[in-house]
Amino acid sequence: MPVVNWLKRHLVVIAGLFTLAYLLLPNVIVTVFSFNKPKGRFNYQWQRFSLDAWKKPCGVADMCGSLSISLQIAVWATLGATVLGTMIAFALVRYRFRARGAINSLIFLPMAMPEVVMAASLLTLFLNLGAQLGFWTILIAHIMFCLSFVVTAVKARVMSMDPRLEEAARDLYAGPVQTFLRVTLPIAAPGIAAGALLSFALSFDDFIITNFNAGSTVTFPMFVWGSAQRGTPVQINVIGTAMFLLAVLFVLVSMLITNRRNHQKA
Amino acid sequence: MSTLTEAPPPLAPAEPAAEAPRKRGRFTPYWLLLPGILWLIVFFALPLVYQASTSVQTGSLEEGYKVTWHFATYWDALSEYWPQFLRSLCYAAGATVLCLLLGYPLAYLIAFRAGRWRNLIMILVIAPFFTSFLIRTLAWKTILADNGPIVHALNSLHVLDLTNWLGWTAGDRVLATPLAVVCGLTYNFLPFMILPLYTSLERIDGRLHEAAGDLYAKPWTTFRKVTFPLSMPGVVSGTLLTFIPAAGDYVNSELLGSTDTRMIGNVIQTQFLRILDYPTAAALSFILMAAILAMVTIYIRRSGTEDLV
Repeated sequence: MPVVNWLKRHLVVIAGLFTLAYLLLPNVIVTVFSFNKPKGRFNYQWQRFSLDAWKKPCGVADMCGSLSISLQIAVWATLGATVLGTMIAFALVRYRFRARGAINSLIFLPMAMPEVVMAASLLTLFLNLGAQLGFWTILIAHIMFCLSFVVTAVKARVMSMDPRLEEAARDLYAGPVQTFLRVTLPIAAPGIAAGALLSFALSFDDFIITNFNAGSTVTFPMFVWGSAQRGTPVQINVIGTAMFLLAVLFVLVSMLITNRRNHQKA
Repeated sequence: MSTLTEAPPPLAPAEPAAEAPRKRGRFTPYWLLLPGILWLIVFFALPLVYQASTSVQTGSLEEGYKVTWHFATYWDALSEYWPQFLRSLCYAAGATVLCLLLGYPLAYLIAFRAGRWRNLIMILVIAPFFTSFLIRTLAWKTILADNGPIVHALNSLHVLDLTNWLGWTAGDRVLATPLAVVCGLTYNFLPFMILPLYTSLERIDGRLHEAAGDLYAKPWTTFRKVTFPLSMPGVVSGTLLTFIPAAGDYVNSELLGSTDTRMIGNVIQTQFLRILDYPTAAALSFILMAAILAMVTIYIRRSGTEDLV
């Protein structure tokens, strides 16, 4: 039975590709339905092809405003979490100090906590302090939950770094600042970049914590949430598709650049 | 083409750098830690204290709340909402098992069988992250629509009869049933299973497979005795990364479910943001946290992997 044998040998490939299809199916639907012209308020059923939404991506009230708020928050949260997280990662790998265990668990716990618990408890803090909910409370919350992910990403990279490289720089009379800028930072850069990228994605897409702490500020995920109740404009799919394509393009270009660099080195 | 997939030359294993402490800057680590740790203390740890205190307060929105050590709130909350608690744990467990079953073959495929396609498949696993997960979850409304091809196929294959009998679906639809919610949870957290699995599978030395084959192990035996045990760290962190967020999620239940599929996250959200019953909401959130931390601790102990961070 050659067919059965072939199936047996490739079973894992078939199952893997099935999972990949499961992962990508919603993105296909989002893309296809960005060309839809729905009848009612909801864009869940295919009617007919139209480019209307792509021609007027900001044609829906408040959507592009919420997108810009989300982008601003994501940029600042990435910046804040990356700086603070990188500092912690370096301290954890390079130095010996007290309360190491407590600090490690303080960094691990936010990642092991259901988001709704962090969201609810942060809201009790803000309510008790009488803080005005809005842009700043969202930003504070986003820096908080992105921080741990940056620490983990940077720590992994710095730990795998050969300490002799820095010793060599010092032996060659580089000062501490010069050593850091010329040797340490470039080697740690991929870890820092990975942490920053992750922060941006997490912050931009966060819904649960934002939902609790946003007050009347509307981020893009909150706009989508609201539209799931009121009616989903096609433009949401346009934004989703554009983001997906941009991400793939970004990765492909950066892969090409690394590829070329590696060839030059070889 | 192969340059990208080749591993960089291994760097020397990290010696604990603290063994060669710098002479200057005894306080440097503290300055480095201070801002970030302070941030976590004030905006992560302190809120938990506030939440604990809120949960034992009584009062009303108009007159304000006072700490009265009213522990009955916990009892009331549990006796009223235990079905939602139980449901959350069941849905999360179901989604975690499905993620493992679906994610393992794909992680295995990327690690051992993808060859030159490895990078492309990796990108395809990660890229959906960049489309807002709410938009992608809404797409499931289209996919599982009542008159859509999938429900039609399930119906003609009599799968729905089986799931109806199990209580996972009701009538001729999938939307607004537990199956839809678990399907959405599985979809949303699948990458969190695949990535740690892939990381631990990729570390396995391919020669171990050859050795097993040379010792007359069949492929399935090789998998059971060599590959799977070596991938345990990935399995443990993958299951945690799926189970924890799934247990607290309320998005999938709200968008794909019905009032009969409400999870504990939905209850906490409604209590906090609509009913404004802060003590009950805080107590529920505290119970959820305690339950999850207890389960995670036991799980990590039993599986013997402590190095998750």
